[in-house]
Amino acid sequence: MYVARSPRIAARMLGEEMLVMSGHDSTLFTLNPTATILWQAADGSTPLNEIVEQRICSEFEVKPEDAMRDAEELAEDLAKHGILLIAEQPISTQPISKLAAATQEPVEAKR
Amino acid sequence: MSALLREMGERALRLGVPFSAQLDLTYRCNEQCVHCYLDHDDHGEMTTAEIKNLLKEMAEAGVFILTFSGGEIFLRKDFFEILEYARSLTFCIKLKTNAVLIREAQAARLRELEVQSVQISIYSHRPEVHDAITKVKGSLRRSITAIRFLKSQGLKVIMANVLMKENMQDYHGVRALAEELGAEYTLDPTITPMMDGNRSTVELNAGESALRELFRDEFFVGNAEEFCAPPPPVETESLSSLPCSAGHTACYVSPYGEFYPCVQFPLSCGNVRQQRFIDIWRNSEQLKEVRSIRLKDLSGCSQCAHGTTCTRCPGLAFMEGNMRGPSTADCEKSFARTGIPSVNLLAKKEKSSPSRLVQIQLVPAITGNRLSGMATVATAVGL
Repeated sequence: MYVARSPRIAARMLGEEMLVMSGHDSTLFTLNPTATILWQAADGSTPLNEIVEQRICSEFEVKPEDAMRDAEELAEDLAKHGILLIAEQPISTQPISKLAAATQEPVEAKR
Repeated sequence: MSALLREMGERALRLGVPFSAQLDLTYRCNEQCVHCYLDHDDHGEMTTAEIKNLLKEMAEAGVFILTFSGGEIFLRKDFFEILEYARSLTFCIKLKTNAVLIREAQAARLRELEVQSVQISIYSHRPEVHDAITKVKGSLRRSITAIRFLKSQGLKVIMANVLMKENMQDYHGVRALAEELGAEYTLDPTITPMMDGNRSTVELNAGESALRELFRDEFFVGNAEEFCAPPPPVETESLSSLPCSAGHTACYVSPYGEFYPCVQFPLSCGNVRQQRFIDIWRNSEQLKEVRSIRLKDLSGCSQCAHGTTCTRCPGLAFMEGNMRGPSTADCEKSFARTGIPSVNLLAKKEKSSPSRLVQIQLVPAITGNRLSGMATVATAVGL
């Protein structure tokens, strides 16, 4: 599974947490430090299991299978709110400046 | 404001982060509103590159909510380039505009760029009143057309109804128009002095009897008896409270790079053309002074019965001559709301009275029910 931050959100770090606002409906979310690490690493080209292994398991005392399960749940939850894109293939999100020219929606979640 | 957003604002205050900022992109305007506080001539606006650099600095400093305003923002030919860049830095963007230049294409572009809200100034539902205030014939029709385009794109539109003598009787009509168009509605009965200190615009304020009527209009304030009730006794701990977010979690930058605590608080704290945004935010002596002020430090206000319920604007107080002094416009609102004169109004009356035969004294300790809904209601009427 690949994950990418949606280009349609507003986001900012505030202390140790990430504040994210959905562009779709202006719903506001805060991500705790662990979720923030996943969020920041969601570049569309790094597989989720690699993010979990390199960024989560290396910093927190957690079993890899537990961390992976939590990460998948989190990713799916964030995707439901439109603030994260998930797919089986690498995701190429368009920069915001290119969105105007695009006639199609950015890569849809494919789970 | 959502509870989470309020909580984030409180966290930003603890962390010393400029959570929200307003950036005026230009003071030029295609309307010439009678009450406007700006000089519309271009005295050297920041270039596209300068603005992009500032936006990068603002993002690094932690600004999350960024309001683009003016002047009329769509007069800048690079407006969408600036907006695109701001969105690439993941700001939550709010716009303030008269919308006269917004057509279908611009509305669609704003939707694509996920602008959070577009606030549009509407003075009346009647063209002859609105257009007389903007001094542009056809401006109401064009603004309404733009609102329809924006709503058709699913954007959040807020109709901002600034009230003054000229349009005080029309707010029900504007509110009904907002409802018809699917827009949110906010009203503000305060006309401020010009930024250069010229106070001629203040004469346009609606006056006490009009405010009194507005504050008793249950359509806007909810329970008028509660809204207009005497203020509760001032609690000692409240005297340590902050006046408002200006300079604490919010700030303003002019088209020329001047950094102020707020658009209504023209105390220059530095210029982003000469210093980094974060350096001004952290080190400006002026901002440090603003941040040091508590209710207990305010002359008159700290002894006033309205102390903790007054909507006192520190910027308006500054423009009156003392950032630790009262804001008379807010004293007048408190008086119109409750019928109880503020310490400041009493002092003014005493000074101007030719005869001292009749002495008016402040009610020393007002007792009454705490207005739990006051903040919400005050926001609803744009106070």
